[in-house]
Amino acid sequence: MPSRNSQQNHFVAPLEETPLVAIDQVKTEGKPSNLWIDAWHDVRKRPMFWISSVMIFVIVTVALFPSLFTSVDPTFCELSKSLDGPGGDSVLGYTKQGCDIYSRIIYGTGTSLSVGIIVTVLVFVLGIVFGAFAGFYGGWVDGVLSRVGDIFFSIPYILAAVVIMSVFSAYRSVWIISLAIGIFAWPSTARVLRAEIFRVKNADYVMAATAIGVSRFRILLRHVLPNSIAPVIVVTTISLAAAIVAEATLSFLGVGLPSTTMSWGNDISQAQNDLRVAPQTLIYPSIALSLTVLSFIMLGEVVRDALDPKARAAR
Amino acid sequence: MSSVTRETDGNTVNSQNDERPILEIKDLEVGFNTQNGLVKAVDGVNITLYRGQSLAIVGESGSGKSTTAHAIINLLPGTGKITGGSIKLDGQELSTATPKEMEDIRGRRIGFVPQDPMSNLNPVWSIGFQVEEAIRSNGIASGKKDVRARAIEVLKQAGLGDADRRLKQYPHQFSGGMRQRVLIGMGLAANPQLLIADEPTSALDVTVQRVILDHLETLTRDLGTTLLFITHDLGLAAERAEQLVVMYKGKVVESGPSVKILKDPQHPYTQRLVAAAPSLASRRIQASDTPLAELDIHAPAEAEVVDLIATAEARAEAREHAADLPPAIVVEDLTKVYKIRGSGEFKAVDNVSFQIAKGTTMALVGESGSGKSTVAKMLLKLEDATSGKIIVGGQDLNALGGKELFNLRSRMQPVFQDPYGSLNPLRNIGNTISEPMSVHGVGTRKSRQARVFELLDQVSLPKMLVSRYPNELSGGQRQRIAIARALALKPEIVILDEAVSALDVLVQAQILRLLADLQAELDLTYLFITHDLAVVRVIADHVAVMQKGKIVEYSSTDEVFDNPQQQYTQDLLAAIPGASIELAS
Repeated sequence: MPSRNSQQNHFVAPLEETPLVAIDQVKTEGKPSNLWIDAWHDVRKRPMFWISSVMIFVIVTVALFPSLFTSVDPTFCELSKSLDGPGGDSVLGYTKQGCDIYSRIIYGTGTSLSVGIIVTVLVFVLGIVFGAFAGFYGGWVDGVLSRVGDIFFSIPYILAAVVIMSVFSAYRSVWIISLAIGIFAWPSTARVLRAEIFRVKNADYVMAATAIGVSRFRILLRHVLPNSIAPVIVVTTISLAAAIVAEATLSFLGVGLPSTTMSWGNDISQAQNDLRVAPQTLIYPSIALSLTVLSFIMLGEVVRDALDPKARAAR
Repeated sequence: MSSVTRETDGNTVNSQNDERPILEIKDLEVGFNTQNGLVKAVDGVNITLYRGQSLAIVGESGSGKSTTAHAIINLLPGTGKITGGSIKLDGQELSTATPKEMEDIRGRRIGFVPQDPMSNLNPVWSIGFQVEEAIRSNGIASGKKDVRARAIEVLKQAGLGDADRRLKQYPHQFSGGMRQRVLIGMGLAANPQLLIADEPTSALDVTVQRVILDHLETLTRDLGTTLLFITHDLGLAAERAEQLVVMYKGKVVESGPSVKILKDPQHPYTQRLVAAAPSLASRRIQASDTPLAELDIHAPAEAEVVDLIATAEARAEAREHAADLPPAIVVEDLTKVYKIRGSGEFKAVDNVSFQIAKGTTMALVGESGSGKSTVAKMLLKLEDATSGKIIVGGQDLNALGGKELFNLRSRMQPVFQDPYGSLNPLRNIGNTISEPMSVHGVGTRKSRQARVFELLDQVSLPKMLVSRYPNELSGGQRQRIAIARALALKPEIVILDEAVSALDVLVQAQILRLLADLQAELDLTYLFITHDLAVVRVIADHVAVMQKGKIVEYSSTDEVFDNPQQQYTQDLLAAIPGASIELAS
């Protein structure tokens, strides 16, 4: 091969233009950061996070202290005002029974939110227990736990809840309806966690912890679970919204909470016959329901973007 | 191969175009859009490459070498763009070429061989389909028969013997080396004027690497293709390319004929690189008197090289002394058999025996699949041995109960390969290092804290890192943390499983030095597992070479390097890139 070295000069960059830095210099500026800290910094900059947070804060406050928002007793109903439109003492009008719609919405918030939270806690706990043990221990433990999950997964939770609520119609309450929804809603959470744990448990830091002598269970709690929980939190935030919808659905179908309990689902259910005459009886509770669900889904979306670096890069 | 040589006679073409380079890059600047604005990845790079030459771009990760190559064929990711300068291919400007024009240039005039053969072939299509696709899209042949014939020709040319049968196979049926051959064949399918190879062999074993590079060299010479390749390995670059371009932080620090640069590096960075390249070094690293942290970073590289001879004597004395003590580890007839569903059994480790004297380093060398990491896992009791004995400090590992094993763990600690996987990303450095102590109930919270500071100091990291998290650290720094964690319980034995393989050369040299210093200071025994024989020479006292689960050669390091007995060892040694280059020192 013809050598062409003569054409290529030996070039050396002046040191001033290419200063050397220490090999493997330690970055000392800035604050400590990890996944959660970074996610918080990311989330803080997003308007959607603040909008949904403020909405959720307002909803929670309404649920805890309904009397701050209305002085009208939601159970004080006068038939003479049946289906009256807004005006006078009432902002949103009256139901067929002559109760104040605004006041009923305010007092119904607590019910919806309680169901949402109880179901979420239930799904979170069951999902973590089943998912974590199945994913981490594998083998026959995984076989048994996953099949149990599959059984529950194969029955749509709304259908299951309808059946349970019909059977236990005498015991309808916020707790029972939450149990009925939660018992059949956890398998998807468990599946997400199990898959994530499969990924994390083969990491070198798990092997290093084993070599140190850390017990299996402590490895699961200390090293594996914290690193696989992020997608579960995203799923959970969204499942809270789904639980609120499920409660409204069941109440609408007449198998949810008893009509004596203040609930958006009950109000919507009772308003359906009067939709043409007095649409406000149906529309306002529906809006309340939609806004609540929307705020939790928005929060879930923001959290997902912040916790998933891939989604962040794509933006 | 002569049957496939095109009619372009290298010499005549060369003499006509002597003045015009095939590739001319002037003041190239490439920027990436990030959250913090535009970040320059390539800053004023000049490269001139003449027809028929070969040129290597060398640099550490993040130096901009791959970005430069991607800019040439306009394969920059969405956030990157050329912000200045020009790239001329045979006189034609590429930096302003339209996407349509670039499509015509890619494949036909510039071939590209990507880095990772494992992920660059689509697993759902047969090899034949993928090669034929490359041929059809470059318009080399049309018609089913012609395309197929050309595909077979391309694969044969790339060194796959039974190409017609292989066409129907899928990527998972090919080894890494064979996949890389396919990719090289695809890159050269259209007889491009220029072939860009981005770390073409860094994912392969050394012996495979050598064969592939030899083949690439013959092929490009026969076809008259100009070769531009990118590597992090200075030895490999110097051995394979006539011209070198050394990049550092987006800039070219030195360029010119490779032999000249290697023998007489001018820029301090190049000097450092030459001094640190393990493939070019020849002696074992000795513990230095100068603490690592105090070394002047601007001093010329020679000053960093410790007085080898004086410390070598001390080292030999230590080794003699160790010979009188009982060995730290004895492994006898160790065997590990895995049951494979369907196809019976697989012997990963086959009757392996060795011992390691206290305070010395033994290297276990082998290519991927040789069983070396399985030995490490059995030693650490992360896997159970099928048969055989492991005696650590006089205790038989297999006979130990839960409590005794727990105690033994404090005396033997591992450091793993992947610096990005070996630290829990959600625990801060302080907690990571102190975990072994809290698990074993050593000391109080306060004394553990003090020990963490002491350990950070031993691995030359600042104390302020205790409250920080791994994601802020570089690979080398993470590996230091992993070493600090391993040392927390004052173990006698450290098992280093490819502990420096993922690091840049300079960082690697730094960590190897740190390990040597720690060994001298704490009288540690190392089992050093690696695929890289070049590193072995600078760290190990004894070497065991593993092949297919068996130890084929086991001797002192000098003996293995100077007088290898087995053909396999000789092949491995010959395959070290840059080993043949004589350096005037």
